Amino acid sequence: MATKSLKARNNDIANTSRQMEILSNGIFADGELPTFAAKIKETNQFPLRPKKLEILQINLGYMCNQVCEHCHVDAGPDRKEIMTVETMQQCLKVIKNTGAHTLDLTGGAPEMNPNFRWFVEEASKAGIKDFIVRSNLTIIRANKKYYDLPEFFKKHNVHVISSMPHWTRGKTDKQRGNGVFDKSIKALQELNAVGYGMPNSDLKLDLVYNPSGAFLPGDQMALENDFKKALKADFNIDFHNLFAITNLPISRFLDYLIASENYEDYMYSLVEAYNPLAVENVMCTNTLSISWDGWLYDCDFNQMLNLKVNSKVKHVSDYNEELLQNRNIIINQHCYGCTAGAGSSCQGVVA
Amino acid sequence: MSKTYYDAADLRKFGKITEWNEELGNKFFDYYGKVFEEGALTAREKSLIALAVAHTEQCPYCIDAYTKDGLQRGITKEEMMEAVHVGAAIKSGATLVHGVQMMNKVNKLEM
Repeated sequence: MATKSLKARNNDIANTSRQMEILSNGIFADGELPTFAAKIKETNQFPLRPKKLEILQINLGYMCNQVCEHCHVDAGPDRKEIMTVETMQQCLKVIKNTGAHTLDLTGGAPEMNPNFRWFVEEASKAGIKDFIVRSNLTIIRANKKYYDLPEFFKKHNVHVISSMPHWTRGKTDKQRGNGVFDKSIKALQELNAVGYGMPNSDLKLDLVYNPSGAFLPGDQMALENDFKKALKADFNIDFHNLFAITNLPISRFLDYLIASENYEDYMYSLVEAYNPLAVENVMCTNTLSISWDGWLYDCDFNQMLNLKVNSKVKHVSDYNEELLQNRNIIINQHCYGCTAGAGSSCQGVVA
Repeated sequence: MSKTYYDAADLRKFGKITEWNEELGNKFFDYYGKVFEEGALTAREKSLIALAVAHTEQCPYCIDAYTKDGLQRGITKEEMMEAVHVGAAIKSGATLVHGVQMMNKVNKLEM
């Protein structure tokens, strides 16, 4: 189990241009597999263009209390990049004027940003319809100062979305680190105790499943049923929906694919499972991603590859929704991860 | 020609068998797809049966395919190994139950 980010280990893959090189060369350069651009041209879906903006996803920083094997953010305790109050203020200005109905806070562990609560309070005043915090669960048990997070989330009617790779301890800890399963279970029970995830409760608690290895997620509904049955029987835990998310071949997951000699097979699986219907609703068409330092991206994955939006406006300080909406979305081979099978997004399947 | 009888990359080419007989190939894949749909048995149960049979048939392609299929469905390695033992038990049982035939023959031939 890694305890440091790729960046702290000076790993070659931490360099985003190296990742782009890997994704553009080899089986895609010699024509063994079609590039993503060639694939979406087959169904006249190139260039990919935004539809109505629905979700603003803000990354509050790459700092995290966990170092997950598959993390596309390469997050960890050694990452010091977190959003400043100044950038938060620029984001708040955007939140007050945006046409988007959902605000999605992510990280790292967004709760570790010292101004997280202030930002949630201010954003909450802006009256956004669906207010999401992507919580890794263990943060709630990481330190006393986080113990009251369930109450805090409840107070601001935050929709909590949490990662949970499996309903068994072994598979969970292998992906996310020793002890993560037990802490996550405890955190889920505490969220349930304040009303989160209970049947008919307005306090929404959804789980995110992503495969712990070089394979694609199975059917979202079937997995949800298995998770619900097992978590209820073993720990009396309730939650609302399960989102099955495909791991994209970037950052730590790409490093793993290459080191384990699964890269080519995985890319074949993604291309074979390509679904043009998923392209229709892929999340970059209704989402904008803002990084800790205020840059704008088509999605969180492009953010991690340092592919800023293809628009005159590239930073939140110059935000102009109309100009931004009139752009072509930047694509590359990693995009196959969002179009495989029933598709994949931060809200689960899309087709 | 490949120097070995089995090549893991050949599994990806399975669909190509339709190229030399489209009608029968398509009929087979339609049937195959239908068999594994959710029915009186869940797709998950069928995946475990397929994994056990893949082992008794000793088909390396099938083992690769249904191990991955199981992981995708969230099937645990404990469940997979139990399924393989079910296959192995039937295989060994099928051998051993013929021991009765041997015993019958011995009893008939011996004075």
